Amino acid sequence: MRLKIPTNFRIVRLPCTGKIDIIHILRAFEKGADGLYVVGCMEGDCHFNQGNFRARKRVEQAAKILDQVGVGGERVRMYNLSSGEGPLFAQYSIEMVNKIKEMGPSPVRLAKQKKATAA
Amino acid sequence: MIIAEKKPIQEIIEEVQNFDRILILGCNECVTVCEAGGKKEVEVLASALRMYFITQGKEKVISEHTLERQCDHEYLEEIRKNIDNYDAIVSLACGVGVQFAAEKYLTMPLLPGVNTICLGANEDRGLWTERCQACGSCVLARTGGICPVSRCAKRVLNGPCGGSTNGKCELGPDTDCAWQLIVDRLKALDKMDDYEKIAPIKDWSTDRAGGPRTVTREDVKI
Ligand code: SF4
Ligand code: SF4
Repeated sequence: MRLKIPTNFRIVRLPCTGKIDIIHILRAFEKGADGLYVVGCMEGDCHFNQGNFRARKRVEQAAKILDQVGVGGERVRMYNLSSGEGPLFAQYSIEMVNKIKEMGPSPVRLAKQKKATAA
Repeated sequence: MIIAEKKPIQEIIEEVQNFDRILILGCNECVTVCEAGGKKEVEVLASALRMYFITQGKEKVISEHTLERQCDHEYLEEIRKNIDNYDAIVSLACGVGVQFAAEKYLTMPLLPGVNTICLGANEDRGLWTERCQACGSCVLARTGGICPVSRCAKRVLNGPCGGSTNGKCELGPDTDCAWQLIVDRLKALDKMDDYEKIAPIKDWSTDRAGGPRTVTREDVKI
């Protein structure tokens, strides 16, 4: 299966989405990421039972914080798919990249760039 | 333990906006367990504040530190050597910790990052409920181990008021009637005789009515 996916995102592998914490998401944005999405197994199919439910809650909390600080909660999302769904993975990555392109660069990245050029 | 709740980020932003070097100070005990002011919450708040201020074009240094406890001299002393690096501290400890830090660092503005709610238990994931109001003279021995002071809105001490309906308090269907719980437990203990005993008038001087409370223990003083 050779699927085309956008090249402008980085994959960070986790043993289970339950490993992700709010701070991991926030740090990505603090470092200048424009968007972030977490891809977990189907709900109900987690090997550790609740990993992907925990991840969803944390993604929601991170989104709320990003909204409150003016970065935009829509920049972060959670997707669920099963490991055999390569085409869906590709589709989600295109969907997310398009969404972020629509939203434009993150205000954190813009502010950091502005600061760097001023220095 | 002491139960606290995170303050809205917006409120904290307003409190700190006039300071340039801010320390977010967590506490490793009660507020860590109730997920309001431990190391994780310190990291999240600090990151959120940094993002907010950078997008506002403001230069701020937001530092992070979490102490073992903020209600003990020895741990609070840990930050003394670096205290001059900050213009303000946002403490994520309960109100006790915030005040103890404020007393110790007289000229340092101390801002609370949480709302301290009650003395309670972790009833379920994401649910903390009140169990004690530190009345200073515990009556649990005769109430089946259920506290009528903290769990009854009226703090009645000799059976339920007239509003108790189907085991619920007249406050609403989400609140158990403390006296229903007490009766259920006394029945389970086969101690309903205790329920018949009229409780004497409670000495409320050990509660807040007597002013701020102190415990002095000559036996442990050095
Ligand atoms: S400062 Fe408050 S939260 Fe921290 S250990 Fe002391 S009582 Fe608990
Ligand atoms: S009777 Fe007083 S000390 Fe005992 S649990 Fe209730 S409030 Fe706390």
